[in-house]
Amino acid sequence: MIVPFSHVLFLAGILFLMGIFCAVTRRNLFMIVLGVEIMLNAASIVFVGAALRWYDLEGQAFALLVLAVAATEVSVGLAMIVYAYRRTGSVDPGAFDLLK
Amino acid sequence: MTLYTFIFYLLAVVIVAATALAITRRNLVHAVIYLVFSFLGTAMLFYLLGAPLLAAFEVIIYAGAIMVLFLFIVMTIKVDASEEKMFPFSQLAPTALFGLIYITIGIFVVVSAPGSYAVLETAVARPEEFGQYVLQRHWLTVEIVSLLLLIALIGVLCVGGQKQRAEIEDKR
Repeated sequence: MIVPFSHVLFLAGILFLMGIFCAVTRRNLFMIVLGVEIMLNAASIVFVGAALRWYDLEGQAFALLVLAVAATEVSVGLAMIVYAYRRTGSVDPGAFDLLK
Repeated sequence: MTLYTFIFYLLAVVIVAATALAITRRNLVHAVIYLVFSFLGTAMLFYLLGAPLLAAFEVIIYAGAIMVLFLFIVMTIKVDASEEKMFPFSQLAPTALFGLIYITIGIFVVVSAPGSYAVLETAVARPEEFGQYVLQRHWLTVEIVSLLLLIALIGVLCVGGQKQRAEIEDKR
């Protein structure tokens, strides 16, 4: 035996909350993308735990797809950060006021 | 308390501590390095939960590729970390409030849900079985993901190449 399934859920919930906290309170574009990464990672922990809970490979397959989506998201996100940095010279989300 | 239980709690503490350190660092390079530790811990957790192939992918893609990409970009861009206002109250207060609500509801849901106390038994999905499962049952999804990666590549080229294009137009 390992642990009750609820403990896996609690661990993933704490990690997800940390990701939200990072994405919402930090005033830095890199930390926002990093927060989204933490959230995706927490979600895949739940999927793998659930795959073991019900002995179903579906959860692991979905965690694999989450991995691919995370890679896509981070590449596009970083490209947009670089673009925004070229335009404004800053990575502070408050500095992007071109449309004001 | 078996050895697996002990390993799980040890990994949980390491992951949560590394993530907590990562999200509070002012220096971005330190944050990324701490997050690598967090993802390596997650990879070991995946191995413990019976997903060796996903554990390998977690190390290769998350802790390897994604975090190295972050490091590259962070090091090419000169970020003045000292000017960032850490945790301004106007953003911290609503986050704390909603986080508290989230924790309360989450604990209530997990505790009251039927079957959430089912104890996980050790089992392993062997990599070849898992690979066959994914490619037989989800081949269309794999194709869609490859299309997604191609679209991301084209999008990144469009966004990242814009300055060069502007320079070329200026020279004309």
